[in-house]
Amino acid sequence: MTDIKIKITDREGVLHEIDAPTDMNMNLMEVVRSYELAPEGTIGICGGMAMCASCQCYVISDHDLPEKSDDEEAMLSEAFNVRENSRLGCQLHINEDMDGLEVELAPEEL
Amino acid sequence: MIKTDILIIGAGPTGLFAVFEAGLLQLKCHLIDALPQAGGQCSEIYPKKPIYDIPGFPEVLAGDLVDNLMEQIKPFQPGFTLGERAETIKKLGDGTFVVTTNKGTEHNAPVVAIAGGLGSFEPRKPLLQNLADYEDKGVAYMIKDPEIYRDKKVVLAGGGDSALDWSIFLADVASEVTLVHRRNEFRGALDSVEKVQQLKNEGKINLVTPGEIVGLKGEGKLESVTIRKTSNAAEDIHLKVDEFIPLFGLSPKLGPIADWDLEIEKNAIKVDTFDYQTNIPGVYAIGDVNTYPGKLKLILCGFHEATLMCQSAYQRIFPDKKYVMKYTTVGGISGFDGSKKEAPKAVVKAID
Repeated sequence: MTDIKIKITDREGVLHEIDAPTDMNMNLMEVVRSYELAPEGTIGICGGMAMCASCQCYVISDHDLPEKSDDEEAMLSEAFNVRENSRLGCQLHINEDMDGLEVELAPEEL
Repeated sequence: MIKTDILIIGAGPTGLFAVFEAGLLQLKCHLIDALPQAGGQCSEIYPKKPIYDIPGFPEVLAGDLVDNLMEQIKPFQPGFTLGERAETIKKLGDGTFVVTTNKGTEHNAPVVAIAGGLGSFEPRKPLLQNLADYEDKGVAYMIKDPEIYRDKKVVLAGGGDSALDWSIFLADVASEVTLVHRRNEFRGALDSVEKVQQLKNEGKINLVTPGEIVGLKGEGKLESVTIRKTSNAAEDIHLKVDEFIPLFGLSPKLGPIADWDLEIEKNAIKVDTFDYQTNIPGVYAIGDVNTYPGKLKLILCGFHEATLMCQSAYQRIFPDKKYVMKYTTVGGISGFDGSKKEAPKAVVKAID
């Protein structure tokens, strides 16, 4: 089992340095949920289909992440609080290349 | 006043299947849902996506699962109040409940089963400071009566099917239609995208992409919007409009149920796993809307919860009646519509 380190700033501004497994077929949204860094019901609402933007996050480190798919691109174009570095956590599949990744969760849409 | 045995709030897969299980016990159901159609998330968010963990279905599209459930419960003649959101609950002297919707429709039942999923679907509202000031004064999130846009200057925002389809429709009704979307690509049926392209070429739709509405102005009612095309605010477009229709899809909110004095934990309703009853006797919560130790938000778990809930509801409605669970293979299905389904008899003919 191999874990990578990820730094996640939650919606309250608190920084969490966590271990994320690369061998559990998890995405970043699921990692956030497994550590309960955002209240249940406020993140991953569509379950990871890129059909809501509840897992939107801002990528702070300069990791070379996979390109956005059309679905992710389309969803982000309708989301709010979107920035240049916005990604949907559910579309970021945890792998070794993400070691040291730093992200900040976007505010909850109210 | 609509009267029924089990009033189900939420017409997603769990709520629909509860109708079947209740029907086997000869209990009638009525469902309320904020969406205009049954099926909940399955119909609204991902009708064309496959599900692989419905027992007995190696693969089923969410929309097909809903169609199948509707077919399965048809003999039990469920009633529907669609397009209305359950707003308040009141307990009467006789122990039954009255649930009233946002449109004032009243429902009376001895048992209420909340199968509300993640809550009712509400329009996603763009983050504009004074947006609320113009609601119903030029800003609407849904088009109820297209006629009110006749000969008006209308601006729509969004990049999905509803933004495209309404732009097409209103092109013939409004005096001016502007569609603003943050990027050049649209996510909608190809037909709709092509039609908007054609109307744009004909000058019937004014398309602004990439662009975003960043400001609203007007005294007492909406008079103009500010459209930002680039990061340079000096290049903003100030467009005179009568109506602004943001169409950014729907997102679920627990909504008024949160104020029903139910025990809530992690945006879900706490239940006893014996029968999925809440802290209010006679009010149950099943499916994604509930929580308990070990909870999994799966459709198949919702089916199980619905089944046990119905047994408890039966005992509650008929405390003195004895009841033994019967297999459908043995007992068949007797619909309220007089229909009867049963297994064919196995003995056909004697052998000499």
